Order: sequence, then structure tokens, then C-alpha cells
Amino acid sequence: MLNLLAEIIGIAFLLAGLFFFAAGTLGLIRFPDVLTRMHATTKCDTLGAGLILVGLMFFSDSVYLMLKLAVIIVFLWIANPTAAHYMARAVYRNERGDDHVGRD
Amino acid sequence: MVLTALLVSCLVLVLLTFAALYRAVVGPTPADRVVAINVIGTKTMVVLILIGFIFHEAPFYIDVAMVYALISFLLTIGVARYLEKGTIV
Repeated sequence: MLNLLAEIIGIAFLLAGLFFFAAGTLGLIRFPDVLTRMHATTKCDTLGAGLILVGLMFFSDSVYLMLKLAVIIVFLWIANPTAAHYMARAVYRNERGDDHVGRD
Repeated sequence: MVLTALLVSCLVLVLLTFAALYRAVVGPTPADRVVAINVIGTKTMVVLILIGFIFHEAPFYIDVAMVYALISFLLTIGVARYLEKGTIV
């Protein structure tokens, strides 16, 4: 009974993560500008990967595995915003002066 | 039930990876391509962990995924530095 409950909660987390990944990819394809694309992908990517890894924690059978997944989540939540911030700063400093660089 | 959910998640993520590959190929500026490849890297990492859970060998695949996430982070930082300053080091 408890096992079935854990499986259902884990599958719900997996589906939520897939939804966020799909939303981020849709934004990456449809948005008109580099910075708006980054706005879509960074948030949805970080949250989607975090939700999927939390969902996988419910399927893991040892505490060791769960700790490893937690380490990956913490690394992603530090590294992904840092990389996006650095990238956005580079784009902003490059395209100051002319206001329509990089539009489709 | 769990195996089906893992397989479906894997399949959906691979399809979304190809959707992001469109932006990496078409994208008008280098920054677009780097953002798309960063997304692809995150998705690949998640797919690796899912494959590990499907094959019941999760610890090994999780190590590979950690290294992959580190390399993807370094790629983004390197290209951003190059775009900003014109040189990496």
C-alpha cells in the first residue's frame, strides 16, 4: 500500500517535470529574442530537471542513491542560473547600442 | 507501472531534445545556439539517469550524468566568456 502510494507520487513528479521541460522547449522555439528564449529555458529547465530527479528519488531503493540525486539537484540549482546569468550578461554587453540584433 | 512511466519520460525527453536541436541548427546568433545546447545538455543528463533507473544500474549512470552536467556548465561559461571578452583565458 505504502509502496503503491510512493510510486504514484513519483510518477506525478515525473509528469510535472515533463510538462515544464515541454514548456521550456516551446519557449525556446517560439520566442523572438535571445534574452526571452533564455528567460523561458532557464526557469523551465531548472525546475523540470529538479522535479524529475525528485520523482526518481521515490523509485530509488537506497539512501545512498537518494543522496546522490540530491547532490545533482543542488549542483543544477547552482550551476544553471550561474551559466544563464553569465550568458545573458555577455549578450547584453554585446548588443548594447543597436537594439534589434538577433531577431528573426 | 514504474517501468512504463520511465520509458515514456525517456521517449518524450528525446523528442524534446530534437525540438531543441532545431533552435541549435537554425538560431540566428551564436548565443541562441549555446542556449539550445545548454538545454540539450540538461535533457541528456536527465535521460542518462532515467536509463540508469530502467536498467537497474543507477549508481554508475548517475556518476556519468554528474560529469556530463559539469562539462555542459563549463561549455556555457567558456562560450559566454568568449562572447563577452573575445578571449577565453
